[in-house]
Amino acid sequence: MNLELIAKEIRKSIVKMNAKSYASHSGTALSVVDILTVLYFKIMNIDSANPSLKNRDRFILSKGHGSSALYATLAEKDFFDKSLLEGFYIDGGELPGHLDKEAAPGVEVSSGSLGHGLSLGIGMAIANKIDNNDSNVYVVCGDGELNEGSVWEAIMFAPHKHLDNLTLIIDYNKLQGYGRTNEVINLEPLKDKLLSFNWDVIEIDGHNFSEIESALLKNSKQPKAIIAHTIKGKGVSYMENKFEWHYKSPNEEQLNIALNELL
Amino acid sequence: MRNTFVKTLVKLAETDSRIFVITPDLGFSVLEEFEEKYPDRFLNVGIAEANAVSIAAGLALSGKIVYVYSIIPFVIMRPFEQIRVDVAYMNTNVRLVGVGAGVTYGPAGATHHAIEDIALMRALPNMTVFAPSDPYEVERITEESINYQGPIYFRLPKKGEPIISNSKNEIRLGKANYIKKNIESEIAILFTSNASDLALDVEDKLLKEGYCSDLVSMHTIKPFDHAALAEILKTKKHIFTIEEHNVIGGLGSVVSEYIAESIYNPVFKRFALPDEYSHYVGSQSYIRDKFGLTAQNITTTILELL
Repeated sequence: MNLELIAKEIRKSIVKMNAKSYASHSGTALSVVDILTVLYFKIMNIDSANPSLKNRDRFILSKGHGSSALYATLAEKDFFDKSLLEGFYIDGGELPGHLDKEAAPGVEVSSGSLGHGLSLGIGMAIANKIDNNDSNVYVVCGDGELNEGSVWEAIMFAPHKHLDNLTLIIDYNKLQGYGRTNEVINLEPLKDKLLSFNWDVIEIDGHNFSEIESALLKNSKQPKAIIAHTIKGKGVSYMENKFEWHYKSPNEEQLNIALNELL
Repeated sequence: MRNTFVKTLVKLAETDSRIFVITPDLGFSVLEEFEEKYPDRFLNVGIAEANAVSIAAGLALSGKIVYVYSIIPFVIMRPFEQIRVDVAYMNTNVRLVGVGAGVTYGPAGATHHAIEDIALMRALPNMTVFAPSDPYEVERITEESINYQGPIYFRLPKKGEPIISNSKNEIRLGKANYIKKNIESEIAILFTSNASDLALDVEDKLLKEGYCSDLVSMHTIKPFDHAALAEILKTKKHIFTIEEHNVIGGLGSVVSEYIAESIYNPVFKRFALPDEYSHYVGSQSYIRDKFGLTAQNITTTILELL
């Protein structure tokens, strides 16, 4: 399985979806693609033919404004037909801009309001424990999302319950709604913060498939936080690390350039 | 009523392993029995209500039936947005159990009063709003809540409210609970939650003045028993609502909204707390008195309207 090719297909879907709908948040969707690719194509125990499989692993995209990345990944994984992606963020479409679990199979939770996902994941991880189900729960939060106080309520709590079946992945792309993440609220030293809350912390390049995979596979007795350094807009040269692509969709010309780069 | 609630839940949890209780560090001396019997299904998440509600939703998405217990402002107002998205929007089997309806926590101050809760909860799609008047209602609806699909808000008083229902068996979620019914009466008094003592007292005072009235506990504010209300409007000339909630958005609003769009034109008045926070220091009865929410005042006003 060529993860690079899969990730490219997902990125192509994302730029097409965002261009067609004039939807924003292209950059935030692109930064998380490689993480989703490894999770969905190498790590998670899931069955696209049976999305409510009892012992499935669960994935929560807490940064719900990156929804196009999850929809595109699920389509790539055959949870539903790719034609559904054409109804993203448009009149009469089926996929709202922020995630709705009723909208498509494989979407575990509705999200878009920030700071909910890790707590939801804790609930699922606890349920797995009491049901003697050895499935895992994976939650992706944005770095800007860590501004939300509720995230820290959850960060404080998960290690207290020794939830070794829970993994938090921070998509650390360094840009948020109004500027650079560490200028809005300085997150650093992020690793030390998480360590001091008793998480097992791994810092990786969030675009390196083998680093992502080995971080996800690492055994741990505590909940695991993966700080994934990523690039906003990854894969499309003119979007990479550009703040304006937090809230922008490509026009037709820009779309063609992006698709050419993703060939 | 909170004790009735916990006792009922402990009993139900014995045979239903889906039942789970979460507290954001409240319920000391109330929840212990549940915690001792089912430690795996009890969680104190600390003073972190947003986390409590979202964890509850995560558990519910994994098949659990989760009761989140705290004082009303903390369980429903602090994490309102978590309730909106993770509980109401996702339609999860989370039960928000709030204690201290109205000004039950009188001298504790307005941070602990619950005068806006019915309005907030009934505005949420999918949310069921249960505001019981007596322990029978609590027991029956707690039992019924186990297999009920979707979220429920429980508005519980805190004191030892007496049993006023005629029969436990006929209490159903979404159905008006008749405490007194009299074909001859031209007055109906509808009340909810911890206004039951006021309602009973008013009914008694009116009787002494020669007027008999129907007395109905509207324990479910949403879905509201519109059929019962339509029947009342058909047969009574005077309708009154009594509640310990802001006059905006509670039982009185539900009834007036229905009347406004109906063909009926009864004499109608809402008795509730005024649209203001209490700066009075004192017990529930003291604050009620300061705001004029007393059986005597209500009776006098009704007599003027008859």
